[in-house]
Amino acid sequence: MSDNLLELDHVTMQFGGVTALDDVTFAIRRGEILGLIGPNGAGKTTCFNVMTGVYAATSGAVLFDGASLAGLKRFQITKRGIARTFQNIRLFPDMTAIENVMVGADANHHTSVGGALLGLPRHHREEAEGRNTAMELLTFMGIADRAGDAARNLPYGYQRRLEIARALATKPQLLCLDEPAAGFTPAEKVELMDLIRKIRDQGYTVLLIEHDMSLVMGVTDRIVVLDFGKVIATGSPSEVQDNPAVVAAYLGVPDDDA
Amino acid sequence: MRDWLIYRTFWDLTVTGVALGSIYALVALGYTLVYGVLRLINFAHSEIFMIGTFASLITATNVLGLPMLEAGEYPYRTGFQLVLILLACLLGSMVLSGAGAVALERAAYRPLRGSGDQFGAVVLAFVSAFVVGLIFFDTPKSNLIFGIIGTGPIAWMYLNIFRRGRQAPRLAFLISAIGASTAITEAVAIWGPRDREQYQTPRVLEKKTLFKLFGTDIRIDYVIVIIGALLMMTALLLFVNRTRLGRGVRAVAQDVETAKILGVNVDFVILITFLLGGVMAGGAAMMFTLVYDQSKFNIGFLLGVKSFTAAVLGGIGNLKGALLGGIVLGLAENYGSALFGGQWKDVIAFVLLLVVLMFRPTGLLGESLAKARV
Repeated sequence: MSDNLLELDHVTMQFGGVTALDDVTFAIRRGEILGLIGPNGAGKTTCFNVMTGVYAATSGAVLFDGASLAGLKRFQITKRGIARTFQNIRLFPDMTAIENVMVGADANHHTSVGGALLGLPRHHREEAEGRNTAMELLTFMGIADRAGDAARNLPYGYQRRLEIARALATKPQLLCLDEPAAGFTPAEKVELMDLIRKIRDQGYTVLLIEHDMSLVMGVTDRIVVLDFGKVIATGSPSEVQDNPAVVAAYLGVPDDDA
Repeated sequence: MRDWLIYRTFWDLTVTGVALGSIYALVALGYTLVYGVLRLINFAHSEIFMIGTFASLITATNVLGLPMLEAGEYPYRTGFQLVLILLACLLGSMVLSGAGAVALERAAYRPLRGSGDQFGAVVLAFVSAFVVGLIFFDTPKSNLIFGIIGTGPIAWMYLNIFRRGRQAPRLAFLISAIGASTAITEAVAIWGPRDREQYQTPRVLEKKTLFKLFGTDIRIDYVIVIIGALLMMTALLLFVNRTRLGRGVRAVAQDVETAKILGVNVDFVILITFLLGGVMAGGAAMMFTLVYDQSKFNIGFLLGVKSFTAAVLGGIGNLKGALLGGIVLGLAENYGSALFGGQWKDVIAFVLLLVVLMFRPTGLLGESLAKARV
């Protein structure tokens, strides 16, 4: 078993004449929190979609857990162990919080249609297991008190955390968070940082795509910086912060108000 | 005076209306389920119902060997034997209708979604070869042989086309639905032993009065239909609300892309949805033959249109709406016929739909399979 959970090897992605990713090479190591940052239009989302098999790279190789994801369907990729959350929350609005998480947990269950219809013991056991797992995850995320409420009636912060709980329910090896702190207050961001660390400590590998620099700097082990589809820097938060290319491309000129 | 007819026969009309409405409701569930997950009106669903009525007929005559008449009398059965016969017919209808619905989805719709599989390729290849054979041969047997020989290479060609994974535009699904509907109807009309004539089904249940309600005789077959429909409806709601697959169905209905990312096998969920709709239509078909003792190649058409109306009336995509829509429609038809005369029966159904949609564009209970849980 290699140290790298996911590897991008000289990946290029072109849409017509536009090169969205240009010879991108980096890896996500097992058990780390990797930040993927870059200005708007740098190719973060494309990179993400190539990693999760939504797009097939024009050239280069993507290896997850040592194997290519090419040709797999989305649900199969999830079963291989990649889970994600969305920048704009995408819960099942009319299901309860716990049901949302159970949909994720269902991916690992095997009862047949007949089994469910006949109410076989295995079906009941898996339903109970799914419910327990879901409840544990809701507790872990600190939102168990609203487990029975429809997802659309939950407060914003709960919805964000519910999305993470649901992604964890698929038992992923790699959890991808797409701007999980969007719309959060500073206090909520601190809570989220603690949560992300806790998730990592449970043995998950986390990929964090984020705009908020304080969050990225505070929680990640390593950072990959993209600009115009190229990797311009890789390293620890402090290394990246001091990198002149990054400062120029991403952090921009120092703030006048500062 | 017709006006008096409705007063004298009000309760009779109510009971038969609810029974007829229950049959509409069960068929309407198939339209509503498929619409909920695919946003597709499966116009071939009426043929799934028709297949169910024939399955019931075949089970009774060919499998159980029941005659149409016994010494000039209907072959009435009683007690345990009757229950077994009815259950066997129900099972036959449900299995054949369910299988038919699944085959329909895999051959007529799935290839259009860009995920066609071997089954679809083989069915389509056989049909293609068979139709080409019609040009050269004039006996069904030689056609069949030509069809079987042609299946292999044509299926291989189709599979290669499927592999491109192209998604067809929305209208293509509608055309496919109408085509499949016509193909199934005509196949039964052309190759059925009685061609386009009506078929009688053996009348094993003596339609006795079970009890009296407000001075009206309540017949046993109507009671069976109403209770049967309620049981099936309850089973369906439990399945959708309480099981893993039901949760998958609701997840796909609410957001397909997110469901995929959470590991839901969407093609499988769609298959299950068609299966559930088919099984419900099969149950409806068996009960239909129980009340009307007949079937015909085009029996699904008007009933299908009415059931679709019921689904829209209740709010398409809404399971409870299908039940309500079916019963409202059944009652309206019966009361309407008594008021205006039987020839207006079908007109009333559609006028009712128009009026309801004017005031409640999403139907009585509103659209959404997603909100099935209350």
